[in-house]
Amino acid sequence: MVEADESVRRGTVLVARRPSDHVWLILIWLALLTIPFIAPNAYVVSLANMALINLILIASLNLLMGFGGQISLGHAGFFGLGAYASGILNVKLGLSAWLGLPAAALIAGAAALVIGLPALRLRGHYLSMATLGWNAILVVLFNQLVDLTGGPNGLLGVQPFSLFGIRLDTEPRTFPLVWLASLLIMLAILNLLRSRLGRALRAVATNELGADAIGVDSFCTKLLFFVLSAGMAGIAGSLYVHVNQYASPETFGISGSILLIVMVALGGSGTYWGPLLGALIYTAVPQLLLDYEDAELMLFGLGMLVVLIVFPGGLANVPGAFMRRFGLKGRS
Amino acid sequence: MQTSSAFLQLLVAGISTGSIYALIALGFNVVFKSTGAMNFAQGEWVVMGGMISALLLGTFSSVGVACLLAVLLVAIFGLLSERLVIRPLRHPTALLITLVSIGLSICTRSFVMLTLGKKPVGYPGFSGATTISLGGVTFQAQTLWIVGLTLAFLVIMHFFFERSMLGKALRAAAADREAAAIVGVRVETTILISFGIAAFAGALAGAIITPLTLASYDQGAMFGFKGFSAAMLGGVGSLPGAVVGGLALGLLEAFGSFYISSDFKDAIAFAVLLLILFVRPSGLLGRADVVKV
Repeated sequence: MVEADESVRRGTVLVARRPSDHVWLILIWLALLTIPFIAPNAYVVSLANMALINLILIASLNLLMGFGGQISLGHAGFFGLGAYASGILNVKLGLSAWLGLPAAALIAGAAALVIGLPALRLRGHYLSMATLGWNAILVVLFNQLVDLTGGPNGLLGVQPFSLFGIRLDTEPRTFPLVWLASLLIMLAILNLLRSRLGRALRAVATNELGADAIGVDSFCTKLLFFVLSAGMAGIAGSLYVHVNQYASPETFGISGSILLIVMVALGGSGTYWGPLLGALIYTAVPQLLLDYEDAELMLFGLGMLVVLIVFPGGLANVPGAFMRRFGLKGRS
Repeated sequence: MQTSSAFLQLLVAGISTGSIYALIALGFNVVFKSTGAMNFAQGEWVVMGGMISALLLGTFSSVGVACLLAVLLVAIFGLLSERLVIRPLRHPTALLITLVSIGLSICTRSFVMLTLGKKPVGYPGFSGATTISLGGVTFQAQTLWIVGLTLAFLVIMHFFFERSMLGKALRAAAADREAAAIVGVRVETTILISFGIAAFAGALAGAIITPLTLASYDQGAMFGFKGFSAAMLGGVGSLPGAVVGGLALGLLEAFGSFYISSDFKDAIAFAVLLLILFVRPSGLLGRADVVKV
């Protein structure tokens, strides 16, 4: 009796104490808002900007891969397409960054539609293969269409966002923009996952035939999320190119796509908060390893192997795993 | 005459790079068959094969001996890799093995860089720098070695998988893990062997192509993607598919770069590849998967 009472009490306390993901999201983003004030220098703020742009990339890939079970090896390509689309519209046609941003999302989304229409009809590795080929083609185009993209030297002279005549060209000035964009994307993903569509996506990921049987159009669901995820990568690309005022082909290669997949997995594939950890690792670890020069790659690879072997569910699942173990101990 | 000799020249070039892609694709397919995973470390073994051959050439004066030893060493490295990073996985799903293989490829590349250096290395072909002229086409004798050794390896692999007990065990485990385990096949051992074969095939490709192209620690990813594409093109998991896919990709690149544009070589090859995949999703030789519902 006492035991039951206690468990009930513990249960209610847990429920009462645990704020919803929405509340957490607002709290975390409010805390992030202090970064420009407490950062020791502009470099740290620029890292925070990069981390938030990477977060959009990793979270959008996680939406497709973690929740939808579809592996895209071309996410960096869509990121690059967004960056070059927005950057070229700005440099060649003088289009404002504010128009480039939605244009980047639309172009990346449209490209995903074209790839997805044939590739997603089939299950298995076809999407991986098609997106890999697509990314390889994009890299060649970024490098070779020199008149348009600036070739291997990169796209120069991209104008920053500007608001009421103020150019957002310093790190503290761009931070609020990137902060808001990442918040809106994270909010959109959270709401999407809670919606009918999000449930359909998870049903498709679990069992496509089962999903079809209960009336979910699995092809359309996969296609929709592929397009959405590519569109978000396009937004990240537009932010990237206008914040850095520069884009260069090697940022958007297949190795970039593979690393993004790795970051989704390290953070916790199919968990809402995993990408936050993934983005942190993606941005911070290379900085921390800079001192080791040649050994950098080895340390990174070894760290990755250790995490994958010890915590195959990703770092976001570590507290849960510990709690479960702890809980089991308490009960016995 | 001019165009026909150019055509033949491209044919020879295409078949020679195509053979290399076929070897890499074969390695890729063997691991895919046994684990269901895409092995991203495949390309690193190619580089390793070339670089270790160059290193051993300092000790052994014969190129052939150095290459043979290097290929065997890389095969052992492949076996060790499986034991160290794949075997410890508690729930080895295809996705997890794929991810781990990315980590393995990063570590392997860095290991090669740290131990064998960043400088590109090369060595003379098996018959020195002999060139052969035949019907208006001139090519290096090494090209013949490449095609011949690839053919020999493919024939050996064919008999290994069709006739030997071990090869049959590998196929059984690939077809149905549980059923194979019930009849006494050690599934874990078959995965180990498949990594050994894959590393051997990759290193062989690296050892025989290096006299023509040089080897450098950072080429692994490129080789890996080409092999992956060739495997997809031919039909994943199929041995003849790897050959057809590799040759098709090699020829596509050779002719595409000559007749269309060498700057867009890779883009052309991949565009054709995507088209073929969309028309024939299971690859040129692959059979459509029949999935039991």
